[in-house]
Amino acid sequence: MKRTAQRLPHARVDPGKTLRFRFDGRTYEGVAGDSLASALLANGVGVVGRSFKLHRPRGVFGCGKEEANALVQLESGGYSEPNARATLVPLYEGLEARGQNAWPNVRSDVFGALGVFKRLLPASFYYKTFMWPNWQRWEGLVRRLAGLGIAPTSADPQKYLKQNVHADVVVVGAGRSGLEAALATSRDPACRVLLIDEQEEPGGGLLASPAAADRSWLEEALREVAARDNITLLCRTTVNGYYDNNVLAALERLSNHHGPAAGGAVRERFWRIFAGRVVLATGAIERPLVFPNNDRPGIMLASAVREYCHRYGLTLGERIVFYTNNDSAWRTALELVDAGVPVVAIIDLRPAVESELRQRAREAGIALHLGTVVTDTRGRSGLRRLVLHRLAGPGDALEAPAGTLDCDVLAMSGGWTPTVHLYSQSGGLLAYRDSDACFVPERAHQAVTAVGRANGEFAAPLNLQPQWLTPGVSAEHQWVDFQYDVTASDIQLAARENFVSVEHVKRYTTNGMSVDQGKTSNVNGLGILALATGRPIPEVGTTRFRPPYHPTSLGAYAGIELGALYTPFQQLPAHAAHVAAGALFEDYGAWQRPACYPRPGEEEEAAMAREARAVRSAVGLLDYSPLGKLEVRGPDAREFLNRMYLNNIRTLEVGAARYGLMLNEAGIVIDDGVVVCLARDHFLLHTTSGGATTIHQHLEEWLQCEWTDLEVIVGNATTQWATLMLSGPKARAVLAQLDGDIDVSREAFGHMQYREGRLLGQPCRILRASFTGEVSFEISVPANCGLSLWEALMQAGEPHGIVPFGIETLMLLRTEKGYPHVGADTDGNTMPQDLGWGGAVANKPDDFVGRRSLSQPVGSDPGRFQFTGLELLEADARTVSGAHILTADGESTAGYVTSAFHSPNLNRTVALGIVADARDRQGEEVTVFYAGQRQRARLIKPGVYDPAGEALNG
Amino acid sequence: MIRIECPWCGPRSEAEFTCGGQSHIVRPADPAAVSDREWAQYLYQRDNPKGLHYERWRHTFGCRQWFNVARDTVTHEIRAVYRMTDLKPAPGGEGV
Ligand SMILES: [Zn+2]
Repeated sequence: MKRTAQRLPHARVDPGKTLRFRFDGRTYEGVAGDSLASALLANGVGVVGRSFKLHRPRGVFGCGKEEANALVQLESGGYSEPNARATLVPLYEGLEARGQNAWPNVRSDVFGALGVFKRLLPASFYYKTFMWPNWQRWEGLVRRLAGLGIAPTSADPQKYLKQNVHADVVVVGAGRSGLEAALATSRDPACRVLLIDEQEEPGGGLLASPAAADRSWLEEALREVAARDNITLLCRTTVNGYYDNNVLAALERLSNHHGPAAGGAVRERFWRIFAGRVVLATGAIERPLVFPNNDRPGIMLASAVREYCHRYGLTLGERIVFYTNNDSAWRTALELVDAGVPVVAIIDLRPAVESELRQRAREAGIALHLGTVVTDTRGRSGLRRLVLHRLAGPGDALEAPAGTLDCDVLAMSGGWTPTVHLYSQSGGLLAYRDSDACFVPERAHQAVTAVGRANGEFAAPLNLQPQWLTPGVSAEHQWVDFQYDVTASDIQLAARENFVSVEHVKRYTTNGMSVDQGKTSNVNGLGILALATGRPIPEVGTTRFRPPYHPTSLGAYAGIELGALYTPFQQLPAHAAHVAAGALFEDYGAWQRPACYPRPGEEEEAAMAREARAVRSAVGLLDYSPLGKLEVRGPDAREFLNRMYLNNIRTLEVGAARYGLMLNEAGIVIDDGVVVCLARDHFLLHTTSGGATTIHQHLEEWLQCEWTDLEVIVGNATTQWATLMLSGPKARAVLAQLDGDIDVSREAFGHMQYREGRLLGQPCRILRASFTGEVSFEISVPANCGLSLWEALMQAGEPHGIVPFGIETLMLLRTEKGYPHVGADTDGNTMPQDLGWGGAVANKPDDFVGRRSLSQPVGSDPGRFQFTGLELLEADARTVSGAHILTADGESTAGYVTSAFHSPNLNRTVALGIVADARDRQGEEVTVFYAGQRQRARLIKPGVYDPAGEALNG
Repeated sequence: MIRIECPWCGPRSEAEFTCGGQSHIVRPADPAAVSDREWAQYLYQRDNPKGLHYERWRHTFGCRQWFNVARDTVTHEIRAVYRMTDLKPAPGGEGV
């Protein structure tokens, strides 16, 4: 590759502004307006990467997103990005990049020797070779060789955003057709037009044109676009996905062109676009020709040679040769000559070419080789020579050698492929057009139109003669997918092995599965498959395109939803007091709750033990605010709840509370909690912490969808109230000290009673229920009073030895008491009879949700997992929730430990579980299995602490 | 992504909604009176049509209301949106 010191005068770059950058450890200079690829080419860097499988040296081959060779590892550390297309990376000061898939670098890669073994590494080599004795045996070795580029190992420090936008018309592509469409549709001032282009500047193919008329047209069009208020132009934005209802996804690169120096600026923005109508002006991509050793550095697409010349001002070679099967490359060659670029020959496999083109080429001093094909290329690290043969006839055998031709750049054109990816994603049908040998949009499925080259409208006829591979020579070294080293022989092999479907052939050979997703290889691969299977191309069909059109940064999908912003979190009303008390916070659903309050140097288990002892012997205070609080009100509230709960709600008196179990219609226990009757037509439902939203939705679904005649409203009041649980033998004494109007004496306020009144001058609701087994008051005050109530109770409790206790300590206390926790001690099969509630079901006269399911055969299946206590036989033994209970033969699972703690009050392990037929097997011994260890345990009645329940009314 | 016309909020993005599956499933008036088989059919047996499907959706991140949608499972085209208390529109009828 030739080093270009001077840029051609008509280039769009700014030669006065130099930019320094590093590639593979060497420092180079480019100019403002360069891409990394054009800057490398200007410096004569011929080899920029190595192919994936065979490590063949590769040079820049295209100019845009079709680039298959120039994949680089961009920047390092948290800014590192693998597989960046050098053609799409705008050059900036200080840019650092390395070639990929090579060691120590792309110039002298030790794995380059793999190329010698090409014959031994056909398609499916890995599938066939590493099956014996099994794939796992080889996986480690293959994985080390596999993968392209290196995933960054540190967090990405850059910022990403997501945004929604609505538009009446979305035009994708701001080349000539896209600009025309945007200007035409925006004539109606009420029509909001969004014009999107993926390049650094709008213009599309016009940017590569040397014609003065094209350039002035573009300037005028862009002036007009800027003048129209109803056009929004998004540059550096790639539309990657086209979904139902004209929803598009696009990625805007806001500051990538500054690199890491952009600092805190947002790097990329992910757009979700809601479009009325979509116009696809996405252009077309040139196809390579398939011939032996067509992957040598210096062999490029003719369109790329054109763009490097007219846009970037590069004269890539001293002897440039064109190789083509259509007219477009001829026009490109003539343009280059006009710009003073040395084009020495055109090789065209067509025996006849329009006389005007031939005439002009001859006048330009270009040697013509018609009816001729390239049958080999020479040159170690860059192209030096072509070997030519004359063709006997179209697609036919070779006739005679036609000598050799020295050159340093080969500009090839095998025709054009309209960029129909988005059209295909939208559900549109494609049709094969024989004359141009390409797929074009046929029938839209959504409100979408393809225009310009994307629709197969070429400025001048191509007069193309397809040649899918070079006849008469081995297909072994005729590359189709450059990146993944798929050659024509691999596709022929797949056909010989009876792969018929194009989707299967794609996956078997990996043709089109590389980073560019077959932008240049798909149609050539199809053509070769059609030849090999003796079918016409329309019959072979094409693969359906799927999003994304171009790779999208993972950071853009994440947006700002990272770290603390990953998901909304909730803090307790008295959060500040918990922090001050040294709480160990953990996430319980969305809530950040104290697990316990370890003192300095205290282990978590020791803290839980200390807190649990204090609750049993004196008093503890728990922030219980996440307890679900739903209010149900209306003339039919009582009837509704009686249908929703297993328990009888009809008989619940005003001011009384009753434990309730809630089932789904399949009879499975989904929630439990205390139901309070506030008034004849007004109820307060307590749900499990974190279950409030789900149960609220469950109630609403039944009201809105099934019992639409019931007059009931449901409201979720969970976060309106702070709820503190004061529990222990001294709880009553502590609460009595606070200034309030509720009589909390044993005589006046019994267990499972509810009172409303005022406390510390605030409205308050107090429920006497107990999840610890001790006297407990669940005190609710308006959420903003939670902190002051917490402080008042801690102060009042100080003489009584009050301690704050956390949610894990509560779980320990209720496990000592054998109280099941729905969701922990139940699973997706648990019915009420498995919890010992079969009698209550029988006693309820009315129907309720799930009742009928309980009498289905499954409800009395032998082997149902039932709730039970577990006593480990060895005094010091420990176990964990999740440990298995084994069947009698020890071969499989017959249950699980669901809750297990070391009890400081009993000084042994307390455990609960669900075990097959446990209710009929009380007293039996079972084996507990965990992490390879077996222990003996006995099935016992849950609740080994204070089994008589005396502490409840103490 | 489909867009759904909530009867209360207007056209909104699918991301705001939750699909509740087939609609117009009638709960037996007296569950105790039906056979195990009939009850199991009510619980689990659902249509899986290629084409028009009557289903219920909830505007979860909006008004939280349930409503019915007649949707084509092939094209995702929504052919009718109607309230829970409305009658099922006949296929081919007005709006469907
Ligand atoms: Zn709504």
